[in-house]
Amino acid sequence: MAGIEDLKGEPVPLEESAAELAPDLTAAAVDVVPPALVAQSMGQYMRAWWVRVRGGDAGVLPVVLALVGVSLVLQIVSPRGLFLSPGNIVNLFIQSSVFIVLAMSETFVLLLGDIDLSVGYVGAIGGIIAGNFVQPGLDWPWWIAIVIGLAVTCVIGWIYGLIITKLRLPAFVVTLAGFLFYFGVMIILLGASGSVPISSTVLVNQEFLYGIVNTNIDPTLGWIGLVVIVLVLGATIWLRDTGRRKSGLVAPPVGLTVAKIAFLAGAGIVVVAICNVNRGTFLPIAGVPWVVPIVLAVLGVWTILLERTQFGRHMYAVGGNAEAARRAGISVDNVRTVAFILCALTAGIGGVIYLSWQGGISTNINGGQLVLYAVAAAVIGGTSLFGGRGRAIHGVLGGLVIGAIYNGLYLLGLAIQWQLIATGLVLLAAVAVDSLYRRGAGGVARA
Amino acid sequence: MTVSASVGESAGPAASGEPLLKLRGISKHFGAVQALYQVDLDLPAATVTALCGDNGAGKSCLTKTIAGIYQADEGEIFFEGSQVHIRSPKDSAALGIETVYQDLALADNLDIVQNMFLGRERKGRFFLDEDDMEKAAAETLAGLRVTTVRSIRQPVATLSGGQRQAVAVAKAVMWNSKLVLLDEPTAALGVAQTQMVLELIRRLKDHGLAVMVISHNLNDVFEVADRIAVLRLGRMVAQDNISAFDRETVVDFMTSGGSNRGVAAVGTQAAL
Ligand SMILES: Nc1ncnc2c1ncn2[C@@H]1O[C@H](COP(=O)(O)OP(=O)(O)OP(=O)(O)O)[C@@H](O)[C@H]1O
Ligand SMILES: [Mg+2]
Repeated sequence: MAGIEDLKGEPVPLEESAAELAPDLTAAAVDVVPPALVAQSMGQYMRAWWVRVRGGDAGVLPVVLALVGVSLVLQIVSPRGLFLSPGNIVNLFIQSSVFIVLAMSETFVLLLGDIDLSVGYVGAIGGIIAGNFVQPGLDWPWWIAIVIGLAVTCVIGWIYGLIITKLRLPAFVVTLAGFLFYFGVMIILLGASGSVPISSTVLVNQEFLYGIVNTNIDPTLGWIGLVVIVLVLGATIWLRDTGRRKSGLVAPPVGLTVAKIAFLAGAGIVVVAICNVNRGTFLPIAGVPWVVPIVLAVLGVWTILLERTQFGRHMYAVGGNAEAARRAGISVDNVRTVAFILCALTAGIGGVIYLSWQGGISTNINGGQLVLYAVAAAVIGGTSLFGGRGRAIHGVLGGLVIGAIYNGLYLLGLAIQWQLIATGLVLLAAVAVDSLYRRGAGGVARA
Repeated sequence: MTVSASVGESAGPAASGEPLLKLRGISKHFGAVQALYQVDLDLPAATVTALCGDNGAGKSCLTKTIAGIYQADEGEIFFEGSQVHIRSPKDSAALGIETVYQDLALADNLDIVQNMFLGRERKGRFFLDEDDMEKAAAETLAGLRVTTVRSIRQPVATLSGGQRQAVAVAKAVMWNSKLVLLDEPTAALGVAQTQMVLELIRRLKDHGLAVMVISHNLNDVFEVADRIAVLRLGRMVAQDNISAFDRETVVDFMTSGGSNRGVAAVGTQAAL
């Protein structure tokens, strides 16, 4: 990809050439300003937003509504209104974290219109390798253990990318083969005991891995962290939006900028406040679990990569129209390979979180179900199965919906079969919405 | 001294009428279909060459060969007098060749600005410089009088056919190029936008660019072109200055490969 940008000179200032060659036309053009540049009011901005929604980009609206709806229903039907109790909400965050991270991992390949059916077991292998390096005898530093585990998953993703781009095989089949292959590899790695436990309280590095999910941030520190995050993000949003408004670019009206920042702060306050309520029965337990900021960090980094970098832009282009991307000089094969590496890397992060959450990984891990939940979460969140549309935040919101169903039906004492049925129905609804929007987009384009 | 010598050399071909792009004996087949057969074509600088031909004559195929999408089975390409090998769209872009494809080649999920800068995004140190790109795109569109789009930040999926075509044209002309290939750039455009594109083509020519335009509309062809080249079933059957043709002879060449009206000689290169 290096060097694409130096192929080209500067764009020709057409206004200038128009001025010298066609004065009559330029005179007419003086009062013709692209309407986008004057669309600064709330009403105009809302209309532009509605055009986007009809164009297939409904944003996060449907999934937020789904999350609210599912939560309300579960709150009403759960015994003693347990679902929205502080303790259960923290539980929900923890249980959702694996689904969320795996959904973000799946987003990279879904964006290209591909799928990776093996993220469950590939992630597990990352977690198991990290876990193995903190076993008695080895006891390597926890962060080296994690880096090694993630490096291995990156190599797995890279091999997928090579096979899929060089041999031109469909990702569906290659990763289905990988699903079986790495299931087998995982069993070998787990050895005769069939598990790698990390619940020791003697080995510091094991304890640290266990603590990723199972320890909490000191309540005061949680508030301080929130203030820092809101200040940094809020200032970034504010500066960007006001800057764009000043230079007359397409930007949301002031009201919307303020609303965005207020919503960010409000949501953060609610989350931290809930997590800081004492939820212990015998001993006091309070604070945001460490896994929450970790998931948010993954979200932040992947959002920046996808939406603010050239590589991310190229991923969207390849997913939207691979031939157009190729004609624009983008190496479609490179983009696809890196997408599979990023997918596997993020799956590895999910595996490490799973390892921490469960205090180890055993042959009981259900990699198939994890994949289905990951894809379901991404699609429920608003990522398209057909490529070209998807964001990291979709994985977070969809993962919370899946987590809510998982958690809520468990509270209701309903067995696994009902979880599966409920998740299946929600996934079906999400895919139906996805393809409805696609048809809507096609209709607008044809009109 | 060496500098002035080399400048004199490179200025030489242009002065003596050597075309900017010269194709010689280009052939291309897809399986059993011979899409192009021994095609010669000259595209001189500061000249608009119209490429005419019936459906399936091979016009788009020839365009894509120059743009690096397809590679010719045989034949040679000369750019500014020296032989070049165009193996990818990057190669053609590096030479200064821009193309508007018949199928437009826009990514529906990206917005107008993102499409116009696709593959050559402007960056700050790490991140995309969206503001800069948006300003440049807005300027270009305003220059083309593309004023009907609601927002240049809307995905191209939400644009009408004509608006999409306008975006594709704007995308091709906003770079400092030497040769612009336009494959039916006005097919879906309204009267006003068509006039804008024709005006733009003239402007590009006046700036010294070579332009090749494909159109089924002979009115447009005769309005804007300096030269006409006619493809029929993959063969170049006529190529001459516009004065050597009239509407009937062009149609004769397109449909039967020859004309007994006696205006243009087949395959004349020297006339330029
Ligand atoms: N990728 C391809 N694979 C197979 N055949 C092709 C391919 N591209 C073009 N052809 C064939 O080459 C011939 C020329 O096609 P081309 O698209 O260049 O025609 P055209 O002159 O642009 O026609 P139109 O005016 O309809 O756009 C046709 O017979 C077509 O079927
Ligand atoms: Mg064509």
